[in-house]
Amino acid sequence: MGDILGSLREIVGERWVSDRPEELWYYSRDPGVLEPHRPDYVVAPDSVEQVQKIVQLAVREKVPVVPMGNAMALTGLVIPLKGGIVVDMKRMNRILEVNERARYAVVEGGTSQGALKAYLQDHYPHLRHSLPDAPAATTIAANVALHGQGRLTQQYGFNSEMVCGLEVVLPTGEVCRIGSPSLGPYWFSRSHTLPDLSGLFLGWLGTTGIITKVGIRLYPNKKLRDLEIFVTDIPELVPEAIYRLTHLELLEDITAWFQPKPLMFKDNYHVTIYFTGDTEEELEFKRKMVWGCLQEFIDSKDGGFMGVDPLKPQLLEMPQRSVAEFADVPRGGGFEYSGPITLVEHFPKYAEKVVELARKYDLLYSGMARVISGGHAMMFAISFAFNRADRDMMERVKKAMDEATEFALQMGSIPWKPNFMEQRMILEKMDPVTRELIHRIRRLMDPHGIMNPGNWEVQ
Amino acid sequence: MWALRYDPEICRECPSPRCLLQCQYMEMGEEEARGEILKLSRGEDSRVLEKCMTCYGCEEYCPYGNHPYFLICEMREKRGIYTAPRPITNQWINMTQMQGRALIGKVGEVVLSSCLLPSLGTMASTGEIFSQISSSMVFGAEFMCPAVHTHFAKMSVVKERLPQVLDNFRKLGVKRVICLHDECYGTFTTLAKAYGIEVPFEPVYYMDFLLERLEELKPKITPLNITAVYQRPCSNRWIPEKQDVLRRILDLLGVRLLDRNHQGERSLCCGGILRLVGGYKLADEIQRRNIADMADTGADYCIFNCPACQETLGSKVAKAGLKPIHIIDLCKMALGEISQEEE
Repeated sequence: MGDILGSLREIVGERWVSDRPEELWYYSRDPGVLEPHRPDYVVAPDSVEQVQKIVQLAVREKVPVVPMGNAMALTGLVIPLKGGIVVDMKRMNRILEVNERARYAVVEGGTSQGALKAYLQDHYPHLRHSLPDAPAATTIAANVALHGQGRLTQQYGFNSEMVCGLEVVLPTGEVCRIGSPSLGPYWFSRSHTLPDLSGLFLGWLGTTGIITKVGIRLYPNKKLRDLEIFVTDIPELVPEAIYRLTHLELLEDITAWFQPKPLMFKDNYHVTIYFTGDTEEELEFKRKMVWGCLQEFIDSKDGGFMGVDPLKPQLLEMPQRSVAEFADVPRGGGFEYSGPITLVEHFPKYAEKVVELARKYDLLYSGMARVISGGHAMMFAISFAFNRADRDMMERVKKAMDEATEFALQMGSIPWKPNFMEQRMILEKMDPVTRELIHRIRRLMDPHGIMNPGNWEVQ
Repeated sequence: MWALRYDPEICRECPSPRCLLQCQYMEMGEEEARGEILKLSRGEDSRVLEKCMTCYGCEEYCPYGNHPYFLICEMREKRGIYTAPRPITNQWINMTQMQGRALIGKVGEVVLSSCLLPSLGTMASTGEIFSQISSSMVFGAEFMCPAVHTHFAKMSVVKERLPQVLDNFRKLGVKRVICLHDECYGTFTTLAKAYGIEVPFEPVYYMDFLLERLEELKPKITPLNITAVYQRPCSNRWIPEKQDVLRRILDLLGVRLLDRNHQGERSLCCGGILRLVGGYKLADEIQRRNIADMADTGADYCIFNCPACQETLGSKVAKAGLKPIHIIDLCKMALGEISQEEE
């Protein structure tokens, strides 16, 4: 093995590489419950050329490379399971282009959600992107790479479906452009009408390359936003309510949720319905459509709309802070969730399972489902809060999470951003031909097996 | 369990069924109104049990203090009639549960109660009016009057919790409780009496306290020289004799209260509870009528007494060109503690 540290210093400059234990400590973990694992080096490139050189170095030296956004996936996707070089993308945070009329932006691979939001607010206030309810420092590239969701997922699908072009450094060190930018200067399409090569990178969790640029679709940013919360005590009504709401084709975002605390939420299931408008009249029209489509449940007294005025400031935040607050209920700031993608009609079964797991492992729970693409699916987050200083509690959360993944797979769901153990469970259950195809693609793309090893590995 | 002190004979002999005739939400002629109240007095089914919007109005309209509203609530619960959707009803029961988390200040013989409404506590914790007693504030479900559950026809919850609330005050050893919320004062003086529940302290209406303090602070008052309309809350229906206190306060502040159609007995609900009980269409319609009635006067301000009304209607009246303000803040404005621009 050559002088990797020296080579990295030559590539990015001394300031942007480290093998110091106190810095490696930070890069060895994420805020979830998985055990940390130390990398050998951490490096922060500033350009695609530097990323290329880092990958070429890793190929030469046969050391793993783990691309990292902000390490907030919670499922250890950037914990360097086999050591090697963590490539922290945060310096590559430039917003390269906004095409106002075609409504897309091109950003570098380390650009944060907050940076794009702020930039659009300042320069294009009538445009927005699908902001996830994650800390503002999380990155756009990481979010699309793991099929993240956001505020516009109900209308337009997973955030990864909003990708309209990619630039990727392949595991060979070559730079590859995907979609319309492979043919010309525009970033309006990731594939149409070409073979969709973006599928070689989205969902692969950094095992097939490092995303250095993302084209992301933008959408109209209406002047006004409002919400209503439908409440029922019958979980079976939730899928029906969502079906009726999505039929309207009017709504920004729909989430269904339940939690035992505070007491005002006890024993009920809530559907938060967001809608937008450029005028009060547009908002009122949508509000009336929302009320009207659920009137039958109100008449039967099985459901109704709760007063939301006191909660509005918090609920209209983007991103919302409620997750962070939930994480601190048992003190100690730990939070982990399993978020299978499943059918909306499965909501009652998932709701039952969350409560069962919370009772079994003595944990504080929260269940939340975000409707995807007008009701084609939902992401159901089975969430537990824990105290980081309490090892026993963390162990119980781990067990509950494993059980939740087993349940999700039994239900025919797809676990979202699975950790490496959950990936194994998925691969075991998967159709063997599909599994073999994944294996072949992986081997073809990354012949030296250096890209985020330990993830999506077929044994 | 506590029983309602209702006398069916009074209704049978009543010369005019004002209680239902005056209702703002159910239209009925004199004959029908008489027939429906007689049905209720006999414990029979009545369309009133399905249609009452829980505005508390009939408690005020009844000239004999015979408690028609509480009777309707009792009969609804007995028949299992939900006024609002069941999950909403239970949400209110859960969110107002005592959890041993009340905030209790330095309590002496007099205590200032902000019920379970944080904004009342905030308003009363600063300024000269409350300076001598703000440290004696209590806040929390343990001190919240449970009258809100009458809207949901859950009189069993009211009767279970009210004695506990009174006992919590008794344990503090207080002699006088200044109620910052009309609902508390109305509960302690009217509802408790209707059920024969003894109140172990003297309830003090906060506007009486405001008036007394403003008299003392009179030299510091700068007349505001503004015009205003007033949003009367439902719980003020239980204490109609206190309506004059507001007028006297406004006189001291230099505020001219403008007459409007929906005032006094003809007041309309803010729409908050109405939305839960009557649905959005009725709530929207009532709010539209109410705000149009306010705007027609050309008043500068809309004065609120209840923070819940203000939360429900505040932004809507502002869009109609009136500045929403709580009466306590209005007093502070006249004392120079809040500027008109700031408000």
